[in-house]
Amino acid sequence: MNVAAEMSIQAGAAAAQMKSPSRVGDKAFEWLTLGMAVAVIVLVFLIGWELARGSSLAIQKFGFRFLIASKWDPVTEEFGALPFVYGTLVSSLIALLIAVPLSIATAVYLTELAPLWIRQPIVSLIEMLAAIPSVILGLWGIFVMIPWLRDYLFPFLKHLLGWTPFFTGPIYGPCMLAGGIIVAIMILPIITSVSREILRSVPNLQREAAYALGATRWEVTRIAVLSYARKGLFGAVTLGLGRALGETMAVTMVIGNTPQIAASLFKPGYTLASVIANEFTEATTDIYLQSLFEIGLVLFGVTILVNLLAQLLLKTMVTTSTTRAVQ
Amino acid sequence: MKMKFQTANQHTWRTIKNVLASAATFLSAVLVIAPLGLVFFHLLANGLSSVNWDFFTHLPKPVGEAGGGMANAIVGSLILLGLGSMIGIPVGVLGGVYLAEYGTARANSVLRFVADVLNGVPSITWGVVVYGLVVLRFKSFSAYAGGLALGLIMIPLILRTTEEVVLLVPNGYREASLALGVARWKTIVHIVMKTASKGIITGILLALARIAGETAPLLFTAFGNRFWDHNLAQPIAALPLQIFTYAISPYDDWHRQAWAGALVLVIGIFCVNVVVRILTRGRKISVA
Repeated sequence: MNVAAEMSIQAGAAAAQMKSPSRVGDKAFEWLTLGMAVAVIVLVFLIGWELARGSSLAIQKFGFRFLIASKWDPVTEEFGALPFVYGTLVSSLIALLIAVPLSIATAVYLTELAPLWIRQPIVSLIEMLAAIPSVILGLWGIFVMIPWLRDYLFPFLKHLLGWTPFFTGPIYGPCMLAGGIIVAIMILPIITSVSREILRSVPNLQREAAYALGATRWEVTRIAVLSYARKGLFGAVTLGLGRALGETMAVTMVIGNTPQIAASLFKPGYTLASVIANEFTEATTDIYLQSLFEIGLVLFGVTILVNLLAQLLLKTMVTTSTTRAVQ
Repeated sequence: MKMKFQTANQHTWRTIKNVLASAATFLSAVLVIAPLGLVFFHLLANGLSSVNWDFFTHLPKPVGEAGGGMANAIVGSLILLGLGSMIGIPVGVLGGVYLAEYGTARANSVLRFVADVLNGVPSITWGVVVYGLVVLRFKSFSAYAGGLALGLIMIPLILRTTEEVVLLVPNGYREASLALGVARWKTIVHIVMKTASKGIITGILLALARIAGETAPLLFTAFGNRFWDHNLAQPIAALPLQIFTYAISPYDDWHRQAWAGALVLVIGIFCVNVVVRILTRGRKISVA
């Protein structure tokens, strides 16, 4: 707010002092809005506290073993979260391997290389993809994507890469690789749109300097834009990772939901979010429910950390670029 | 120092690389959009035949009987969105107003940061938290619990968009109002928020479109219901929940219904997005 506005507000406040009711109103309104704004901080603590409270028994009983034990058996009441941690990490990793190159290339196309008239339509389409609910992508995954993968892509991969441990064994359809692919589709729009914002924030001076040296469009992009935006793009990818880790419905519908750790990506897997979605209402014993709460706590802790990192990376990128642009 | 001139060959190679890069990035863009086209095509191909009058007016039929509809799930979803709005809109809008009108730069950067982190919390986490807070306490799944989960998800979304649009209101408006001796809070409510109302509504619509398809936070809060139930303290049906249940069921009739439900949900969400686009287009013109 500029100085004039500040002064006029002070003048307004002085005028308001003459009439006490509106001064009370001012204070009340300020406190009301402050309370609402602080709600976001309260909510973060509320989630952490509620998840910790709900899982206190499980934390006491299993301790650190919870994260490294690989047996998940509600009947014998043995609960170890390792298969879910593994499934979440592997499916997210597959998703990043697919989505990162595609999204960043698309962002480059949209900010640097595409003809101007085509940019806005593509951006709108990507926004529409982002608007498709997870459960609908999962429905499409079950009835369209999995049959296609099972009949065409997976046999091809097995033929091509069957000698590696990752593409061996029978092909069922629902599996870790299918989960990774569906998560990739879910995170394409967010990585693309954040990367696009980052690339747009690269000052034009950078580009002009490279053009002046006689660089081609692609050379300008590579030398002047991408290297400049590296940190911000890393932030965009981290943000995508955060979404991938917590993705629930679509991945639950195609990953096969079997708590196992297998090298082959054709084997079914299970993720932290999926096990909560599937087993929460079936948890009959206290310790079972508590263990699911603890899985929620683990998921929350990891996604909070990943998102913190992403926001920090994005923040430094945006502030340095804007201050340099001003200079 | 010896000057090295570029040979014609090198120049051609650089031009070729330039064309290759353009082609590769264009192909990536096509691949990114492809899932949208494929999903929409299959939704129409598989769902359109089952979207009829019965779908909007009838209850789900038991297994084995063809036909039936999702009337209760559509109404249930609307009720849940309404309940969510009662929490998400006031908290989000007023919080955003605080950031734009009162907050110091330091406080704002912290609040913005936390809101963005909160946006990244997986939606299923909200389901677990609301289960612990409400469902366990009252010993029943309920519409209230589902609405609360959706409302909490809306808060950071609406807060951020509200802040952005309130900041766009020119300071002259505030000064003019304050100069007339209008109290600050009245200035904010009647002048600033009113001027920004179109943008605030846009933000609310976007948040609603986002939570309309949320399934994970409803699994163990709203829970779903196969019948009409007007008691909000009881489990309630929701469109995304019904789609999920039908999609993972083994019955062909239910699969058809799932496709139809998905088509209706997607069209609803796209319509809201189109409305938003029209609203924001108007704003851009008025600002320019």
